[in-house]
Amino acid sequence: MSEAPQALAARFAPGARVTVRRAAPPGHLRTPWYIRGQTGEVERLCGAFANPEELAYNRPGLPRQPLYRVRFRQRELWPDYGGAAQDTIEIEIYQHWLEPAP
Amino acid sequence: MRSHHDMGGLPAGPVERQEHDYAQWEKRVDALMVLLSAPQRRLLRVDELRRNIEALPPDAYDRMSYYERWISAVANTLLQRGVFTADELGRKMAEVEARQDTP
Repeated sequence: MSEAPQALAARFAPGARVTVRRAAPPGHLRTPWYIRGQTGEVERLCGAFANPEELAYNRPGLPRQPLYRVRFRQRELWPDYGGAAQDTIEIEIYQHWLEPAP
Repeated sequence: MRSHHDMGGLPAGPVERQEHDYAQWEKRVDALMVLLSAPQRRLLRVDELRRNIEALPPDAYDRMSYYERWISAVANTLLQRGVFTADELGRKMAEVEARQDTP
């Protein structure tokens, strides 16, 4: 009877520069500590999924949140990184953790 | 503040690469998870399991093995959901212990 659960509109397109929000609320967060505050580039939109931060409390997690694969430069994440300058790491991050890069 | 489990990028020593067998109780914990999270029951979601694992105090998190963390989180999730009470679980654990002590 109810409408299909709506997904939020995607704010970012592949190639967009995004900054991960610096936040540390309690609960189950899927955004690693080391990536908060860092800036990268959207590699792709993976789809939209129920928010795991809500599912962790057995709530529906709707509307579904767009999930992105974001690419970061290893050299920018780790001051002592010894690998090649072009090395990257890709992390899947939900839209509510991302802001347009300044 | 960084949560204890969120250790990406911290020194952690080498990865143990050799295969190992699972104990019978570990296989049972795995089976419990599958049965409890099956769509027709949905008594537990993997995200709830993770929340309860991540809520372990740091010393318990480090001391417990992989499946010890799982079974602790399964028990806490079912308590939170009201599937059983702490008293029911405590009495059942005592009953099983007594059964195992009987030759």
